[in-house]
Amino acid sequence: MLRTLLIDVGKALYLFSGLMGLAAILTWMERKQSALMQDRVGANRARIFGLRLLGLPHIITDAVKLLTKEDFVPAGVPTWLHALAPWVTLTVACLPAAAIPFGHVLPWGGQAIELQLMDMQVGLVYALAIASMAIYGVILAGWVTRNKWAVLGSLRAAAQLIGFGVVLGISLIGPVLLYGTLNLQEMVHWQDTTVLHGWLPRWGIFFQPLAFLVFLTVGIAETKRIPFDLPEGESEIIGYFLEYSGMKFGAFFLADFIETVVVAMLTVTVFLGGWSVPYLSADQGGFVWPWGAHTAVPPAGVALLQMAAFWVKVFAVCWLLLLIRWTLPRFRIDQAVRLGWQYLLPLSVLNTFGTAAVLLIVGQ
Amino acid sequence: MPGQFKKVRRPPDNWWVRSYLPAILQGLWITARHFFRNLFIFTAHRFGLLRHVRAGVVYQWPEDPRPVAPRYRGRHRLLKRPDGTPRCVACYMCETICPAECIHIIPQEVPDPFIEKAPKAFYIDLSKCIFCGYCVEACPEDAIRMDVFDFRLAGYDRFQMVLDMETLLNSEPSVPDK
Ligand code: SF4
Ligand code: SF4
Repeated sequence: MLRTLLIDVGKALYLFSGLMGLAAILTWMERKQSALMQDRVGANRARIFGLRLLGLPHIITDAVKLLTKEDFVPAGVPTWLHALAPWVTLTVACLPAAAIPFGHVLPWGGQAIELQLMDMQVGLVYALAIASMAIYGVILAGWVTRNKWAVLGSLRAAAQLIGFGVVLGISLIGPVLLYGTLNLQEMVHWQDTTVLHGWLPRWGIFFQPLAFLVFLTVGIAETKRIPFDLPEGESEIIGYFLEYSGMKFGAFFLADFIETVVVAMLTVTVFLGGWSVPYLSADQGGFVWPWGAHTAVPPAGVALLQMAAFWVKVFAVCWLLLLIRWTLPRFRIDQAVRLGWQYLLPLSVLNTFGTAAVLLIVGQ
Repeated sequence: MPGQFKKVRRPPDNWWVRSYLPAILQGLWITARHFFRNLFIFTAHRFGLLRHVRAGVVYQWPEDPRPVAPRYRGRHRLLKRPDGTPRCVACYMCETICPAECIHIIPQEVPDPFIEKAPKAFYIDLSKCIFCGYCVEACPEDAIRMDVFDFRLAGYDRFQMVLDMETLLNSEPSVPDK
């Protein structure tokens, strides 16, 4: 009993620190990557003991700055409601990660530890349901601060997140039909093998490219970042967190990055084989190369490789999301809503029917 | 003019172009190319390689000062005669032409009959100056030039932005980099 509890706490700590750590690193990556993309150098002035460490200390200086800033609450606003909004946003942003498998099993003292926080049959539905709740914090933030611009930001967020939330769910029905399960761990197991005589990993992206594209687009919209940053729109309405300063603003800011990581995790799990390492098979006890060779890896090594592969893939998708964020201009609100309802929704419905038809024909 | 026209090839307009996907992929390709090029060159710089190739276009001022062109219009300075007195004859040409009205001269008599006057005090308020260079153009004695390439022109209050004659006379001209 105690042992189970300890293992669960350990897993939660591992996942949470991974999520938070990656989100914090993303704040650094956002600056450095955009700098390199634009032929700049990026933030590099903060130092620890005279060491600049490629600008990494800026993560700490940001936190110090946000923590020591004045915490402004507009007059006539209930303080507890004002404080509630950022924490709702932050909590809801973190929760979907609980359903994500970050490895298969870790052999530990003669026992196998399942590397997933909550092994649910409806893991995907859980993740999407929680992700769609992110709107509550955003609406609360805009509504409670009694500021026109903030309310405008909330309304835009509502229009955008509801529209794209529908597509988010439907775009994943194709992969769900293909894998025949809503369990995220089983989805990864389905992808943890190869096709084409062992050459191609059986990843979802190769079977559902359209769903991948739609899901990635909608995922970016859910993170409320450029090109879908209408709720924020720094240059025009500042957005729903207009009346927030200090670490409360920091919470909204961090929530965006956490959502980015969570979207990357979902993308990796559903489309990019999750924790599976190409050609590495736990049953065969090592790598089975397409040309027939075999490299033995001990079970613990397999587990560690898979856990590392998960983070590497998540990191790569985060890089892609940042690349998109720093390349594309912003949509107008009507363009974004039209894109969601008139193009992405029909496309994802089409993909669902196409997948169903193909599965029906192949199945017979 | 018959026969003289240029045929403009219109870009195709079809569903593929209108899906924005090709344009988005092109854009991502360009930014990703810059990212990897700069990442590679910066990493090489860390190991002391490829020093002659610049990664990025920014100057890491103040460690890596920006090259200044000879025609750069910098801070003012007053020139001296060989005997060390100011060349300025307090003719007020510069003060009159200055569109920002930031030059203030207090003249005084000089014993030398070949010099009309000389400034007793000469102030330039850099917080008002628009660096137009008219004062240099107007001066009949070539007594004022703007060739001190100091762009750290900042002060903690307005009075620190006012240059007096002492500073102006004792400034050295900068050597342009190119
Ligand atoms: S540069 Fe222009 S504004 Fe400045 S002192 Fe000379 S004339 Fe006046
Ligand atoms: S124009 Fe030249 S000589 Fe006349 S007051 Fe100005 S600096 Fe002196």
